[in-house]
Amino acid sequence: MAEVLVYVDHVDGAVRKPTLELLTLARRVGEPVAVALGAGAEATAAVLAEHGAVKVLTADAPEFAEYLVVPKVDALEAAYKAVSPAAVLVPSSAEGKEIAARLAVRIGSGIITDAIDLEAGDEGPVATQSAFAASFTTKSRVSKGTPVITVKPNSAAVEAAPAAGAVEALAVTFGALATGTKVISRTPRESTGRPELTEAAIVVSGGRGVNGAENFHLIEELADSLGAAVGASRAAVDAGWYPHTNQVGQTGKSVSPQLYIAAGISGAIQHRAGMQTSKTIVAVNKDAEAPIFDLVDYGVVGDLFEVVPQLTGEIKARKG
Amino acid sequence: MSLRIVVCVKYVPDATGDRHFADDLTVDRDDVDGLLSELDEYAVEQALQIADEADDAEITVLTVGPEDAKDALRKALSMGADKAIHVEDDDLHGTDVIGTSLVLAKAVEKAGYDLVITGMASTDGTMGVLPAILAERLGVPQVTLLSEVKVEDGKVTGRRDGDSASEQLEASLPALVSVTDQSGEARYPSFKGIMAAKKKPVESWDLSDLDLDAEEVGLEGAYTVVESAAQRPARTAGTVVKDEGEGGKQLAEFLAGQKFI
Repeated sequence: MAEVLVYVDHVDGAVRKPTLELLTLARRVGEPVAVALGAGAEATAAVLAEHGAVKVLTADAPEFAEYLVVPKVDALEAAYKAVSPAAVLVPSSAEGKEIAARLAVRIGSGIITDAIDLEAGDEGPVATQSAFAASFTTKSRVSKGTPVITVKPNSAAVEAAPAAGAVEALAVTFGALATGTKVISRTPRESTGRPELTEAAIVVSGGRGVNGAENFHLIEELADSLGAAVGASRAAVDAGWYPHTNQVGQTGKSVSPQLYIAAGISGAIQHRAGMQTSKTIVAVNKDAEAPIFDLVDYGVVGDLFEVVPQLTGEIKARKG
Repeated sequence: MSLRIVVCVKYVPDATGDRHFADDLTVDRDDVDGLLSELDEYAVEQALQIADEADDAEITVLTVGPEDAKDALRKALSMGADKAIHVEDDDLHGTDVIGTSLVLAKAVEKAGYDLVITGMASTDGTMGVLPAILAERLGVPQVTLLSEVKVEDGKVTGRRDGDSASEQLEASLPALVSVTDQSGEARYPSFKGIMAAKKKPVESWDLSDLDLDAEEVGLEGAYTVVESAAQRPARTAGTVVKDEGEGGKQLAEFLAGQKFI
């Protein structure tokens, strides 16, 4: 069976969930060979093996942290040359997409980004994508070179599939471009203790109707009662009520959770683009005409300052 | 010496229109009005601000697209860019990101540049990978997804806000920069700007001007194939209730029924 390269997104050896989902999809297309780079790379091997990686290629060098993107492209290219895979799969983070795209050009291949599903096909893997603010679904494949495909979080279930996961050191030589963009400083984001927005099973978002940063605690309390991530509409972010990293929509994150709760969000196209593939959608808005109600499985026309705290209280009561 | 800035922009179908695919599964451009991609306005804005800070700078705005794409160039010129280049060729229809980046790289090189600026993604394709590919093709530093950017003493610096960290980046010119929608509100063209734009030069180049063959671009030259496109079925209408004092509890009941609680 052909091998498939899977680029590993990890933080100091802790593998992030989208990579494990990627292994599920990779096994449909071939035998997953993982590529883990940077500090803690070897520590990823155990969990990758549990989820189907037959091999884990690792490399660490200061360049991975000190320079932007290109050193990782050099390493992934080295892995590509060593393995000659049938496909290369990369998690659809901002950085993941850049790494994948540069690799594709180098190896003379086409690239598909933000796949939400992947299946084997006669002429190579077929990727499903959402288009035009998720109003269309397309199926595409790479027709030249080795398919390079980035896959969005929540596109597949994480499945246990024990494999050897043998660690092998990957020899990497950095090219002249690798040190082009220096990372002068890095300020890690403070952890909120909540799940990652794009990876969460439940997302609770607030919009213009929240009416001030000081009221966002209502959204956070509801999120915490459900173990959910917190999102915000562009209106709320532009008003400075919540950080841009939490923005859901066309220019923010695109999420596809099991449950999406929109509070005080009208549901403009910009926002819908980022959430309308959610499995179940619930909204609270005082305007009965708000377009968000066209999308909902359940909607409450009412004042979120009444409805949301009541909902949070009821959830807490039911959970005991 | 003059700082040569090239801003790459895209002419896209209006995202608030009823966008769909044409029969050949390319983006239909006939039935929906086109405009300068909103995310590229931020690139034009940052170019203008960088040019303001420089002793001497010239901003060229560049697009690859059909006849109507001139509208996007005019908008950028009316915001304050100095001149424009329109790469237009019938053989470009259906070009994917690999081909588009090839055309842009050739055009940017022909135009001459110290700094290339792009938006973070287009609002139609939304891939967000063109800036990285263009940097790869040009062989210059990639300084992408900046929410703050500054050019000084032959260096570009900026802040990249990622999911897990915020990074301060630095690279020497020539370089490629992409900016996010957090980089600063784009200005509206003034009446004076709109009038001035009519007199600014717009050059037209075709594939032969860039030493490119038709086989390298277009649907035939694409590295990807769209096999099908289907409209997502409308979500089935759900239950909408009016809060009469029990709305939160009713919602909890629904969530419990769906096993979320």
